Amino acid sequence: MLWVGASIVTVAALAALVGPLVTPFDPANQQLALRLDGPSWTHLFGLDELGRDILARVLAGARISFLVGITVVSVSAVAGTLLGAVAGYFGGVLDDVISRAVDVLLAFPGLLLAIALVAVLGPSLGNVLFALTIIGWVGYARLVRGQVLRAREFEYVQAARALGAGALRVLWRHVIPTAVPTVVVQAALGMAGAIISEAALSFLGLGVQPPTPSWGTMLNGGRAHLLDAPHLTLFPGLAIALLVLGFNFVGDGLRDLADPKRG
Amino acid sequence: MALVDVSHLVKRFVRGGGLLRRGTTVNAVDDVSFAIDEGETFGLVGESGSGKTTTGRCLLRLIEPTAGSVTFRGEDVLALSRARMRLARRDMQIVFQDPYSSLNPRMRARQIVEEPLVIHGLGAKEARLERVAELFRLVGLDTAHLERYPHEFSGGQRQRIGLARALALNPSFLVLDEPVSALDVSVQAQVVNLLLDLQQQLKLTYLFIAHDLRLVEHISNRVAVMYLGKIVETGPTAALFASPQHPYTRALLSAIPVADPDAHKRRIVLDPASVNRAAPLREIAAGHWAAI
Repeated sequence: MLWVGASIVTVAALAALVGPLVTPFDPANQQLALRLDGPSWTHLFGLDELGRDILARVLAGARISFLVGITVVSVSAVAGTLLGAVAGYFGGVLDDVISRAVDVLLAFPGLLLAIALVAVLGPSLGNVLFALTIIGWVGYARLVRGQVLRAREFEYVQAARALGAGALRVLWRHVIPTAVPTVVVQAALGMAGAIISEAALSFLGLGVQPPTPSWGTMLNGGRAHLLDAPHLTLFPGLAIALLVLGFNFVGDGLRDLADPKRG
Repeated sequence: MALVDVSHLVKRFVRGGGLLRRGTTVNAVDDVSFAIDEGETFGLVGESGSGKTTTGRCLLRLIEPTAGSVTFRGEDVLALSRARMRLARRDMQIVFQDPYSSLNPRMRARQIVEEPLVIHGLGAKEARLERVAELFRLVGLDTAHLERYPHEFSGGQRQRIGLARALALNPSFLVLDEPVSALDVSVQAQVVNLLLDLQQQLKLTYLFIAHDLRLVEHISNRVAVMYLGKIVETGPTAALFASPQHPYTRALLSAIPVADPDAHKRRIVLDPASVNRAAPLREIAAGHWAAI
């Protein structure tokens, strides 16, 4: 499963990286005469409602998806891990403050909160990144806090304390590394979540703004032509489904690897 | 003057407890006092949960005691500032029971033994490596294995790594928290002999925590028996083993297996009702105290 997922993700990443450089069509170039044309040998995925090449747009959209996934996951994983580790290791007031913030954010359905945030801040890619990070770090913080509570009692952590190691050193060298496998799994699943959330926000018009191609906006554009030109929604839809599936496979595969009982 | 002086040490844990409910209080260590002289081995025995491990960790402030005092070389350990405590830690170290969980599985043996030197900023890289190799030889490990990970060593070897780490800062006092109870019997003897050799060689003082009474009898100069957080009997090893006074000590000693299968076994089962938990320690013979 890990390999299937990793293959999908690798192919998608290569396509996002290289694809826009090798497609003969500009994703913004309109050929209104050919609008809604179905797939053909020249336009493999067909043309959209403004006569733009859908393949070129799917490839360009992949860049947005990866950009959102990587940014949101890396920022929220690092922030969540640090906050969770601090909460778990030090306990007390710090833990209370961080844990209550986590509870509050978890009480909201994530996507709804993101929609509200973007609605307030205004639709843009930057605000999508911000909103998804705000709801994203919580999961990591909660996971890492739990791991740290356990790791804090490990004898080698006690040994480091007995040697006079400061809290930062103990956390960095001995405690946080025990949480890394869990964080990596969560990050792989988080990539899938971030990509699908960005698509949802863009679909609702709250994310990436036209003419920048994003899979979500493409789905929205194709909505009016579901019956007469289904290829407008089919290809970006497939792209989302495949990439999300790929990241989920990677996440599940890594989890199995990390868990000797299941692996 | 004693090297380590523990008086009226109390550690209370509060469990459960919430907004509306008071937690239950457990007196893990309940008014414990003892002193350890320089160069001696002080045995602390008792069953699981008797508070002996908690006592050991309170001495090093790995657990902050609720009350009482611990002095080391006449200095109140519990009152030390963070910086002073760091310095004091060079002189008092601990070896843990479990040779598997006491070593970070992600670090190489060399890094594990080197860590104390790094923490205290002792020596440049080459000097540290020299010291690590020296420590490896001191505890009987092969310096060819410096770059191995803990899982590549046997239990006994791992315990030697833990010992090398504890000795890296040249401490004078070691808390040995059941250092051999997780090892095979054949390996136990080797590690115990190593501990005795090192004590001679480096003039170490040991607090030896164990539940294996034969081992304690073999290694300790004096012994204290803990039961439910209190010391119920303490004295010179020979005197305590020859004439145990407290019912718990008697029950404990009677549980020592005898190597002769034909030997007449007389196992005493402790009746908790026969123990007066409020009884103070009183001196039965010179240096031999019991709470009866």
